[in-house]
Amino acid sequence: MTSLRPDQKIIAAHVADGARVLDIGCGSGVLMQELVETRGADVLGMEINPAKVAAAMARGLSVAQGDALKDLVHYPDQSFDYVILSQTLQAVKRPDLVLDELVRIGRQAFVSFPNFAHWRVRLSLLMGGRMPVTRLLPEQWYDTPNIHHVTVDDFRALIRDKGLVQDGQWFLSGDTQTGRGAANLMAEHAVFLLRG
Amino acid sequence: MQNADRHSQSVKLGSPLPLDCGKQLEGVEIAYASHGMLNADKDNAILICHALTGDQYVASDHPVTGKPGWWVRMVGPGKPIDTDRYHVICANVLGSCMGSTGPASICPVTGKPYAMDFPVITIADMVRAQAMLLDHLGIEKLHAVVGGSMGGMQALSWAAQYPMRVGAAAIIASTSRHSAQNIAFHEVGRQAIMADPSWQGGEYYGDGSAAPSAGLAVARMAAHITYLSEAGLTEKFGRRLQDRDTKTFGFDADFQIESYLRHQGINFVERFDANSYLYITRAMDYFDLSEAHGGMLAKAFAGTPVRFCLISFNTDWLYPTAESRTILQALHAAGADASFVELESPFGHDAFLLENAEMEAIIRGFLGNGEER
Repeated sequence: MTSLRPDQKIIAAHVADGARVLDIGCGSGVLMQELVETRGADVLGMEINPAKVAAAMARGLSVAQGDALKDLVHYPDQSFDYVILSQTLQAVKRPDLVLDELVRIGRQAFVSFPNFAHWRVRLSLLMGGRMPVTRLLPEQWYDTPNIHHVTVDDFRALIRDKGLVQDGQWFLSGDTQTGRGAANLMAEHAVFLLRG
Repeated sequence: MQNADRHSQSVKLGSPLPLDCGKQLEGVEIAYASHGMLNADKDNAILICHALTGDQYVASDHPVTGKPGWWVRMVGPGKPIDTDRYHVICANVLGSCMGSTGPASICPVTGKPYAMDFPVITIADMVRAQAMLLDHLGIEKLHAVVGGSMGGMQALSWAAQYPMRVGAAAIIASTSRHSAQNIAFHEVGRQAIMADPSWQGGEYYGDGSAAPSAGLAVARMAAHITYLSEAGLTEKFGRRLQDRDTKTFGFDADFQIESYLRHQGINFVERFDANSYLYITRAMDYFDLSEAHGGMLAKAFAGTPVRFCLISFNTDWLYPTAESRTILQALHAAGADASFVELESPFGHDAFLLENAEMEAIIRGFLGNGEER
């Protein structure tokens, strides 16, 4: 079994026991299984890749094959305690619309994404003059699933425009947390906990 | 503990079976097969529901054709539906012709076969009869109910009709209601049967009467096309000729696909009753779980404690993926625990009966609810 990514560890640590959770882009269900086993959570997953859905279902997890942009509209308002969108925001066609759905169907929403303004990314573009290829963003510009690169400050501006409440924010450099002050420059990865 | 593996046995229901049409049926017999041991708590039973022309011979050889059970890939010791763990029951549906009461059965009032005096039945009636069978067997709650195609309609109906008697429901290559296209194909089949002069208004059971085999064979041929896919047919048959080098400029089965369909039709009539085909296709056409809820399918499952697993196949055009998605959306709107995946297969609707490693792993995991992960 693959272990949790650092952003998933933060999310798992902040989900309340016994909560009802929707994990969007759940893959083969690593985070879901953690939440079931350590939090006694009631977790539903959504995943677009059928092979990953089958792998998660074969583990006995509840996963529905679906597309965040098309299929979230079918869930009633506030039907989950938490909705999780981990490492998926930057890969959907309209992140802003997905964010609207997250805070509609979840009382709270965890959103995590790689920060495109991390100093290593900036340096790579500045010095190399090419689209950055880094540890967290390993794909070339033409085959990356990350079609909307976003920075911590971009995301903060979006949630401000939407009038969303921040219940938590965590920033990661590698496996360790970094301060929020210079996060836009120093964080490789950001996790936000939001409310509508 | 009960005996394991009884390939077919029969129960006469102790009370009349109330039907959706308003009538009730007296002296209903239900034929069923069972595999694996029922445990002392009687909580390891899995009901498998068969499709239109299926029967209780899910994991044992068919007495007429001699062929292996229709789902031996899925059901047996160590198989995804593991008879070392579960007590598997499969009952011949009401209206069929492999031992359960249907139009060919003797009406207790007239002493003659029902024929077209048999009442029109529904999927819900089939499920009600199965519930009465379980009452007889002393099984209060099923660990799971599993079915593909019409079997999936029954599994879904089980969850809607008896939510407290079902732990989990797996619905494969199925739908919550018959579409206009589904009804259209069935109507072609029924008209083929009724256009056969041997049908005689359904009264063909007497000595010296021939069954409407030609009509039933045509019905089967038309239906069989809907179970396959265009790509699958092209791959398997293409335009290849059957045992000849050139076209005959006649109406023999020049093409392999013609020969194959004729073969399917001829084999089918040996094991199936034409009137049963009329009644069961009618039951499927009448199926619409949302009908009683003002078209709101979610209301059929409000507050349901049942866990659901839905599987569709990408080349199934009889019950396409959109039908499973409709069910999924309703279940999620109702707050139900429901999984769904569309699997890839070149084999169309028939894919659920064929080898598919992903389907097998999913069903095994779903039934175990992650116990072995």
